[in-house]
Amino acid sequence: RAVSPGSWFELGSCTKGARVFSLRDLDFGDSPAQACFQWGGLVGWFVFQVALLDIDICGPSIPKMMGLEGEQVHQSGSGWSPVYVEENLGVMSVGFLLSSPDDAVIWRGPKKNGLIKQFLRDVDWGEIDYLIVDTPPGTSDEHLSIVQYLSAAHIDGAVIITTPQEVSLQDVRKEINFCHKVKLPIIGVVENMSGFICPKCKNESQIFPPTTGGAEKMCQNLNVSLLGKVPLDPQIGRSCDKGQSFLSEAPESPATSSYRNIIQRIQEYCDQHPFQEEKII
Amino acid sequence: RSNLAGVRHILLVLSGKGGVGKSTIATELALSLRHSGKKVGILDVDLCGPSIPRMFRAQDNDVHQCDSGWVPVFVDQDKSISLMSIGFLLEKPDDAVVWRGPKKNALIKQFVADVAWGDLDFLIVDTPPGTSDEHISTVEALRPYKPLGAILVTTPQAVSVGDVRRELTFCKKTGLRVLGIVENMSGFVCPHCSECTNIFSKGGGEELAKHAGVPFLGCVPLDPQLSQSLEEGRDFIQEFPKSSAFPALAHITQQILDGTLQRSS
Ligand SMILES: Nc1ncnc2c1ncn2[C@@H]1O[C@H](COP(=O)(O)OP(=O)(O)OP(=O)(O)O)[C@@H](O)[C@H]1O
Ligand SMILES: [Mg+2]
Ligand SMILES: [Zn+2]
Ligand SMILES: [Zn+2]
Repeated sequence: RAVSPGSWFELGSCTKGARVFSLRDLDFGDSPAQACFQWGGLVGWFVFQVALLDIDICGPSIPKMMGLEGEQVHQSGSGWSPVYVEENLGVMSVGFLLSSPDDAVIWRGPKKNGLIKQFLRDVDWGEIDYLIVDTPPGTSDEHLSIVQYLSAAHIDGAVIITTPQEVSLQDVRKEINFCHKVKLPIIGVVENMSGFICPKCKNESQIFPPTTGGAEKMCQNLNVSLLGKVPLDPQIGRSCDKGQSFLSEAPESPATSSYRNIIQRIQEYCDQHPFQEEKII
Repeated sequence: RSNLAGVRHILLVLSGKGGVGKSTIATELALSLRHSGKKVGILDVDLCGPSIPRMFRAQDNDVHQCDSGWVPVFVDQDKSISLMSIGFLLEKPDDAVVWRGPKKNALIKQFVADVAWGDLDFLIVDTPPGTSDEHISTVEALRPYKPLGAILVTTPQAVSVGDVRRELTFCKKTGLRVLGIVENMSGFVCPHCSECTNIFSKGGGEELAKHAGVPFLGCVPLDPQLSQSLEEGRDFIQEFPKSSAFPALAHITQQILDGTLQRSS
């Protein structure tokens, strides 16, 4: 069943599975986008139909990471069609609407909100099991809008990405408070860039030192779950730059198994909190 | 008399991506300008994720009112570095600032108009990533004071460099001069075996600067002593002159100083 254009509300009623919503970026090499990409990729390996929506209007990086630069969005009778990486993984980003990589989207809030609304209403996603939303950093227009526009459709929850040091964690605590404020459930926190293993001597260095106990301590204190830690692996950045899936390029990397565990935990969360279609009927 | 009348040079630190090191560069630039005997202010317009207070270990300070406006927070006895950030205005440090554009714009206007900076050699503006409300408002509010220009920060890999291209366009469209591009997190030297790994690849910033015809200010390597200093709010420039990031930071500062000399002569 295809989503008919004209109502993002209906998007909710058509997607029978889960929507995962990723927030905040504390990223070097854009971890949330990266994470979204990797999750998207892996979830896609299963039988699910996955949609990835990039609402980082001023800094869209999903097209580049997916190796989709230069792709255009097509218009069809039922709306904009997403760009497909695989048959079961569709992507939409403002990046597809720009004519050159130098184009800047210098927009204030209302215009950004308008486009987000359009993405939800006018994109013909088809029938999807998971909608993953990649967001820019902060707690402002984009975040308020997506939560508001999807409220009728039921958001399963947010996955929050951090790095181990306090400078990052202090922003993440704000993000967690944001979620509480707008009643967005938190699926859990992912600590990215925890430790770097030297490829030559195999010793570990803490480039971003967890001076206040890292995500683990923060999660304990705030009573949210820690979904996992992903070590720094130079190969991740390289894969993202080339638009390749890191998970298939480097199946043996500790970062890969960590991603797999995290994805599994997110799926378990979604299975335990099944989408209730009655709710919106 | 406007509150910015005593400020000689205003520069902005911009990036398209989050977490690439804008606040780090703003902080270290302020510290090294101080070492050259300059008086420096930092205006933090990252309203949703302010990092400047903590990077100077000043997070427990409040802002007070005086006749000419808000008194900035001084980080030392000599008042050689002064700060203004939303972080000083929040009741609880973890409070989320859940504001849409118009409210953010109002505060930024106030930050530009109402902070009693006094006499400064440099006012450095630390920004959130992107090209949206905060940036448009800041550039508009500062325009009458003729900012010197912007430093663009990127990490080496292509994804982040793509965002800087958009930032360059932003500068062009708003008439903001580009002082140069800094490539941050460029290579990591293993403290155990001295092997250099380009964790986030290398060279993207320099290539882009060449391509865009703007100055390249230098590569700052990943340096655990730098991240540790920022965590603890210590003066990295004073304490770690032998570290791997020091020469690059000193070099960036020197180029900024040279640029201002050229301009005033
Ligand atoms: N060259 C470096 N070596 C080691 N650590 C660094 C380096 N540059 C930045 N960092 C660390 O990386 C983290 C992110 O840097 P910073 O906060 O300056 O980025 P930002 O661009 O201001 O982020 P935001 O977009 O969230 O404002 C900080 O913890 C900082 O200490
Ligand atoms: Mg910052
Ligand atoms: Zn990002
Ligand atoms: Zn080593």
